[in-house]
Amino acid sequence: MTSIERLKLSQLLEAAFFVSNTPLNIKQLKTELLINYQVSHQEIRDVINELVIKYKDSGINLVKVASGYRFETITTLSDDLAFFVAKLNKEKAPKYSRALLETLALIAYKQPITRGEIEEIRGVAVSSYIMKTLLERNWVKVVGNKEVPGRPSLYATTKTFLDYFSLTSLTQLPELLPMADLGATDKPIEEMV
Amino acid sequence: MNQSVTQKKAKLPREMVQQVLPLALIRGEVVVKKPQDLFIPPDALEVILESFEGPLDLLLYLIRKQKFDILDMPIAPITTQYMQYIELMKEIKMELAAEYLVMAAILMEIKSRLLLPKQAVEEADEDPRAELVRRLQEYEVIKNAAQQLDQIPRLERDLFEGSAELAEDFQAAIFETHVEMSELVSALQGVMKRTKAFEHHHIEKEFLSTRERMSLILAYLKRAAATNSAFVEFSELFKVQEGRQGVVVTFLAILELIKESLIECLQTQVFGQLRVRLPE
Repeated sequence: MTSIERLKLSQLLEAAFFVSNTPLNIKQLKTELLINYQVSHQEIRDVINELVIKYKDSGINLVKVASGYRFETITTLSDDLAFFVAKLNKEKAPKYSRALLETLALIAYKQPITRGEIEEIRGVAVSSYIMKTLLERNWVKVVGNKEVPGRPSLYATTKTFLDYFSLTSLTQLPELLPMADLGATDKPIEEMV
Repeated sequence: MNQSVTQKKAKLPREMVQQVLPLALIRGEVVVKKPQDLFIPPDALEVILESFEGPLDLLLYLIRKQKFDILDMPIAPITTQYMQYIELMKEIKMELAAEYLVMAAILMEIKSRLLLPKQAVEEADEDPRAELVRRLQEYEVIKNAAQQLDQIPRLERDLFEGSAELAEDFQAAIFETHVEMSELVSALQGVMKRTKAFEHHHIEKEFLSTRERMSLILAYLKRAAATNSAFVEFSELFKVQEGRQGVVVTFLAILELIKESLIECLQTQVFGQLRVRLPE
């Protein structure tokens, strides 16, 4: 175990974030990248914060998401980049249907939730294709079974889901709008017919 | 209403040439005319179906578009419009249409209940629209949530991960793979152990006979009785060198002897040494 200079530590972390395909968290950095060095969690955290500041005004930011830190482009460039990236990849970013988004929103906000409960709120059957897509993208997973007849699977969102939306936790999801205020009507029924 | 529509549909000549449609659809803005003698290509219907996420969504749309307060819901006109949509979709997506039909039935039920002359106080009936309104509200919350979720910047569309190539002279670390002979041996042992687990259990003839051991113990006790004391320490009867099998056999022999009252086992104090002797 040797000590590591602050500058080298900073360079090493910076490089690691760029080279890695997935977000890296402090524990990972300590046990996988800095295994031969004597570094504390706090030191790593400090250096990361320095890096965050260093990139503050740059086209890419060091951002914390659910499963760690990663470099990502800043949102003000999104429109211009999206076009360019689509060309580079020769395909457009996947577009998700309203049905899929509604299902995902229900799982995100009401988890753990069964398929039946999703269907009840949406008023339509959930297509198997949608569930398959959500599971394949690893955005949702089965976290258990509801103890009711048939023991249906309970679905919840994953860290991958949060990473994809660049969130650190579910609490960062936009708040649900209150139900439209339709309150109980005062008008007698006859008036409305 | 339903019936007449079905009949009309049935009469539609299938081979009719497609005409320019007076049926326009611009995201959300659906202009539907009851098909008189117009052939509507199934594609057009699918477009209508796909722009709604089910009966609740359609109903919400109708209510919002007409700027109704949900509670002021004038059931009759909504139901009429609603039925028009259903007529359109019945043709292609039966299984989907079913969900819409259920909703139509609910609307009809509400309408009919509202039309019925109000009975005296006794029936503290809930407003028949309450349940539907509750579901519409609940659905609208999620519909909004989904729209908001769609607004959140996300990878692939709004955000792109920064990445860099490794230096040109970069070489992946090679982990030392030197293996000690002893590790190899222990690995082999591990394998052998595991293969044993897959062997069938063979019942082997026991090398040590319990009966024989019983005799030996009796003889030993007799000899002891003859020489000095009648008591023999329990542990004295065991020969550790014989291993587990020997110990088990000796123990079984002792149990057997006690059962047959050929020997006695005594303990003079709690947790004290067990002693064995021949019965007097």
